[in-house]
This record gives sequence, C-alpha cells and structure tokens, in this order.
Amino acid sequence: MKASIRKIVTFMEETNTEMGRAINPSTRRAAAVAVIENPYAGKYVEDLSELMTIGEELGELLTLRAVAALGIPATSVESYGKAAAVGENGEIEHAAAILHPKLGTPVRRVLGKGAALIPSSKKRGGMGVVLDIPLGHKDAAFVRSHFDGMEVRINDAPRANEIVVAVAVTDSGRPLARVGGLTKDQIKGEDGLR
Amino acid sequence: MPEVQVRKLFTAVEEIFHEGGPRSALPLRRAAALAVIHNPFAGAYVQEIASFMDDLKPLGLKMALSLVTALGGNAKAVEGYGKGAIVGAAGELEHGALWHVPGGYAMRELLGGAKAIVASTKKVGGPGTRLDVPITHINASYVRSHFDSMEVGLADAPSADEILLALVMTTGPRVHARVGGLKASEIEGEDGLR
Repeated sequence: MKASIRKIVTFMEETNTEMGRAINPSTRRAAAVAVIENPYAGKYVEDLSELMTIGEELGELLTLRAVAALGIPATSVESYGKAAAVGENGEIEHAAAILHPKLGTPVRRVLGKGAALIPSSKKRGGMGVVLDIPLGHKDAAFVRSHFDGMEVRINDAPRANEIVVAVAVTDSGRPLARVGGLTKDQIKGEDGLR
Repeated sequence: MPEVQVRKLFTAVEEIFHEGGPRSALPLRRAAALAVIHNPFAGAYVQEIASFMDDLKPLGLKMALSLVTALGGNAKAVEGYGKGAIVGAAGELEHGALWHVPGGYAMRELLGGAKAIVASTKKVGGPGTRLDVPITHINASYVRSHFDSMEVGLADAPSADEILLALVMTTGPRVHARVGGLKASEIEGEDGLR
C-alpha cells in the first residue's frame, strides 16, 4: 500500500426516534476515516499522482470498512459521500487529488453500482477539524429523501503533515423524510441523476 | 419506573498503527459506544432518582456487548475501559451519576469480573459537547501504560431533555507507551489497584 496510515476510525450511527416518533426500521449510517501522511507536505509539487493512487487504495479500504460497520451486504447501501481534510502544511489541491481522479471507481466496485456522482467536501484545517460529509443516493442524485450529511471528527488529526480521508455509506435516507421530490422507488438509475 | 427511551446509538472504533514512532505489530484499538436517551427528570428537581439505575442496566449491557463486538468479539482482548455522561441543559450533573452503576457493572460483568474501578467523567452540556472519557486498565488502576482517554461527542446531542451515555474499551497500552510505572505483566490483581 502506498498510503502510510497512522490510524483508521469508523463511526456508526443509528437513529431510533426523532421528535418522539419511532423510526422503524432505524436509519443507519457509517463512515470510515483514515489518517495518512501527506507525501507533499511543506512543498509545492506539480504532479500529484501519488495521492491519486492513494485515493484509489483508500476508496476500496474505507468503503469495505464502512459497509462492515453497517453490517449489511454492500449491495444494500443506499447513499454515499466522501470528504478530506488536509493538515496545515498541505494544500486543498491535495484533497482534490485523493478524492476526485481515482477514489470513486473502487467505491462503486465494492457497492456493485453507483451511477450517481459521489458528493464530496474538502477543507484544510488543524487537529479536530470537523468534516461534514455530504450524502446522496448512489444511483440517482435527485432522490430528495437521501440528501443528507454526516459529521466526523478526530481530535488528534490531521497533524500538519497529514490528511484525513473519509467515506460514508448509509442503509437509508433521512429519518423522517417528508419534503417530496423524487423517491427511491422512482429511480431509473441510468444517468445517475434520476 | 420510567422506560428508557433511546433516540440514537453511535459506535466509534479507532485502530491506531503508530503515532510517529515504530509501527505497532498489533494496532491499538479503542472503541466507544454512545446512547442518547430521554432524561426522565429533566426540567424539575426530583428527589428520588436512584431507581432509574436499574432501568439503565439492560442498555448498559447492550452497549458493553456492542463494544466487545466492535473490538473483534473476544472479551479477553479488552484491557482498558472507561465511562462517561453528558447531561443536557434541563438536567443536573447528578443525573449523569446514575450511569456509574449500570455502565460500570455491565462492563465488569461482561469482561469476566474485571477488578479495577471504571474510570469516569461527566458534565452538563449542549449538543456538540465533547467529553474526554478517561481509560484505565480493567484489573489494576495503576498500570501506567494503559492510562488513556478517548474523545466522544455528537453534533446533535444531548438536547436539553436528554442524556448522552458513553462506554469505552481499549485493547492495549498507548501505542508508544514508555514512561515506566506498573506494567500489565506485574499486576497482582487482588485489590483492583496493582
């Protein structure tokens, strides 16, 4: 593995009630987050291909971990998202190199499908910075019940020369979704949008 | 007796490979289980609250079990533990103290009669409050390599009328422990201290 990983953290959240109403079945979402060394920390480097390869490795590793935390078959995942936070000696473009060129393909391979764009966010920050991972339905970005987000945070990362990389998956949309729009039973699943 | 109403459950697992030093052959794992429950005493001073400890016992056991599962399923692999609570604004610190017995005894029972007192902390706070849950060795509080802590918290909890309950377990010493003191191999295991 190209990535030098200091730690991996997984988070699993299960919501049973909201505003006193039972959620049945409970909605569940999980995120797997890796803290890696930034090979380009402290200097400007034109060619970011090493981080792209690292993104590919982490796409598979983190999706497997997050799905395992949900405890469901990978093909049952409904929505997904990704995010990265670069420590202060790196640049935002390092997050882009990890997230955008190659990370998505292994995510979709693990899940069996994934016609929709994987929603993403990125930032630069210090230790304990909060990442809000955007979530969207994996096969149709317009499914309104699945527009969501999951917050993750690791108190001791990223250090200045590190990058935090996160992949999130769910088995459902929001707990009590009721603002209309495209529903998941209407998905055509061809263009990734509807 | 008030029924325990659980709004959400949350699990976090950290797998730590190194912290700038030699890569550990067996990574340290730390896990936290959180439950967000309704505080039945919120909003008024209630004199008699102690019976709620019995109501919390099944939840304590469920959370302790989920931690052992998250750490690989073998209770014998667990070497450190801790617990904590965050009480929402309409409650009082004393409500957090209700967690000592059901949270602590659930873990000790599950871990085969662990001898050491379960390290703990608590506070009153709003949604997003972070809690540094202290961790010590399960059989001898003075084992210096196992003094540790894990930061927990949830963006949307506790609401004013809620309590966030936390249990934490670890599988070993700090990843680069080297400040001496009583070693795990030197435990007498009689008084829970040494």
